[in-house]
Amino acid sequence: MELQVVFKLLFIVLVIMAAFLPLITWVERKQSAVMQDRIGANRADVLGITALGLLHPAADVVKLLTKEDVVPAGANRWIHQLAPVIALVPAIITLAVIPYGGAYQLDGWVLNLVVADIDWGMLYVFAVGSIATYGAVMAGWASNSNWGLLGSMRASAQMISYEVTMGLSLVGLFMVFDSLRLTEIAQAQDATFRIFGFLELLGMAVPGWLAWLQLPSWGVFLQPLGFILFLTCIMAENKRPPFDAPEGESELVAGYHMEYSGMRFGLFYTAEFLEVPVIGMIVTTLFLGGWSIPWLSQAEIIGGLTPALGVTFATVLCMVLHVVSFLLKVIVMIWLQMALRWTLPRFRYDQVMDLCWKMILPISIANAFVTGGVILLLERVG
Amino acid sequence: MTLGLFYFFAFIAIAGALGMLLNTRNTVAGALSLVATMCALGAIYVLLDAYLIGALQIMVYAGAILVLFLFVVMLLNLRQDAFVGARFAKPLFWTLAAAALAAGFLALLPGAFGPPAEIPSDFGGYRAVGAELFTDYVLAFEVTSLLLLSAMIGAVILAKRKIDG
Repeated sequence: MELQVVFKLLFIVLVIMAAFLPLITWVERKQSAVMQDRIGANRADVLGITALGLLHPAADVVKLLTKEDVVPAGANRWIHQLAPVIALVPAIITLAVIPYGGAYQLDGWVLNLVVADIDWGMLYVFAVGSIATYGAVMAGWASNSNWGLLGSMRASAQMISYEVTMGLSLVGLFMVFDSLRLTEIAQAQDATFRIFGFLELLGMAVPGWLAWLQLPSWGVFLQPLGFILFLTCIMAENKRPPFDAPEGESELVAGYHMEYSGMRFGLFYTAEFLEVPVIGMIVTTLFLGGWSIPWLSQAEIIGGLTPALGVTFATVLCMVLHVVSFLLKVIVMIWLQMALRWTLPRFRYDQVMDLCWKMILPISIANAFVTGGVILLLERVG
Repeated sequence: MTLGLFYFFAFIAIAGALGMLLNTRNTVAGALSLVATMCALGAIYVLLDAYLIGALQIMVYAGAILVLFLFVVMLLNLRQDAFVGARFAKPLFWTLAAAALAAGFLALLPGAFGPPAEIPSDFGGYRAVGAELFTDYVLAFEVTSLLLLSAMIGAVILAKRKIDG
């Protein structure tokens, strides 16, 4: 049992830290270059081999590690050194509750591809996310710098505000799937629903081909508004452009991490980049069907492959397909975040707050209300 | 395992509380030690199977209320604290009072509780708490939300008067 947990931890941490993280910095540079009609990073080389700029992440790490670690005069030394760690840890421990595959019957024992399958999974994500605020707050205050302090004030106000709307924008989704457990939410999306099935419930005649049309019962189809609201909120939590008012270069120089250098700055940078795939994973699990493959449920895959391959091998193959499907969806979400990051200009600080309290909050309450009404109605008819 | 974790988090909680009390020079450091206490308390709730309360403890106290504390402290910029003296005006009196309270609790503790109650299987989850909240205690719940709403409206009116006037 404990060994299983260790293997799952190793898998998820290695995939994220060793594969996604270095690649993401490279992808961000290359994608921004493509979008701006440039070539992008291609200079770092070993013996003339540049490998499309893939060596840049390694060069970055060497540079950050060998730089001097400066603690500014008048800074609170302890808090200054602790802040980057506090910023990084929440992103890593969120990985514990994210299912990157379903549950599989293998020779009598069940393999559940999630590190911690807890009943209050989304509450855990929210609780951990709310701690992330402290990284920015402590950094700005401890630096004894006005820019830093202003940056951390903005960061704390922005993150508290968007935490509220982030929870509210998901209420509709929780009602639809009737759970906070991430594995159950992902499992529920491994199915399809007939788009015009509700018309039959209301007693209307539906032509055959229309009645046949099916969509995967993913959160994004059942809660399209919730998807847009949640994606906006969680991107604002990450403080990357267009929500990077806390570190707006044109007003605050670099905001809350201005007085950091070397690897301590690198930790803030890592936290920000690490949150990109973590956000991708949360959004994928909640709205994009998690590990499921559209129109092909787990039972169908295993049932279809068993005659040819035998039940054990079919299950293992299904597991591999599901993990690959999950990672592909995460990659799509990363691409989307990067495209947004390089498309939209930075919002002004008051615009960020207006968006949260005057737009997203009322819309998400209305979304929860309408969702509840529709669920009640469907229960009444069907 | 559970007992070891309990001692670990209990140590953090007490150390954080002491840190908050003894950090009279530095208000921000005091607030941050309180954050550590709140997180450790959340972990202890989780060890007690009260998952919802544990998550709420961290989300509400550590994630929201203490951030607001820090926000205010940073806004006022209370670096060299002006009211350090007032906080421990009568150290001997308060120490004795706290000791008497602790002694009272310790004296009551052994016989105060009966045998541990049987825990229902859905104890402490969001479903159980939510069902209680919206059936047996729905009136109290709604009245509390009205109270909070009126407080919020009052705060907005007061702030608006200052901005307009």
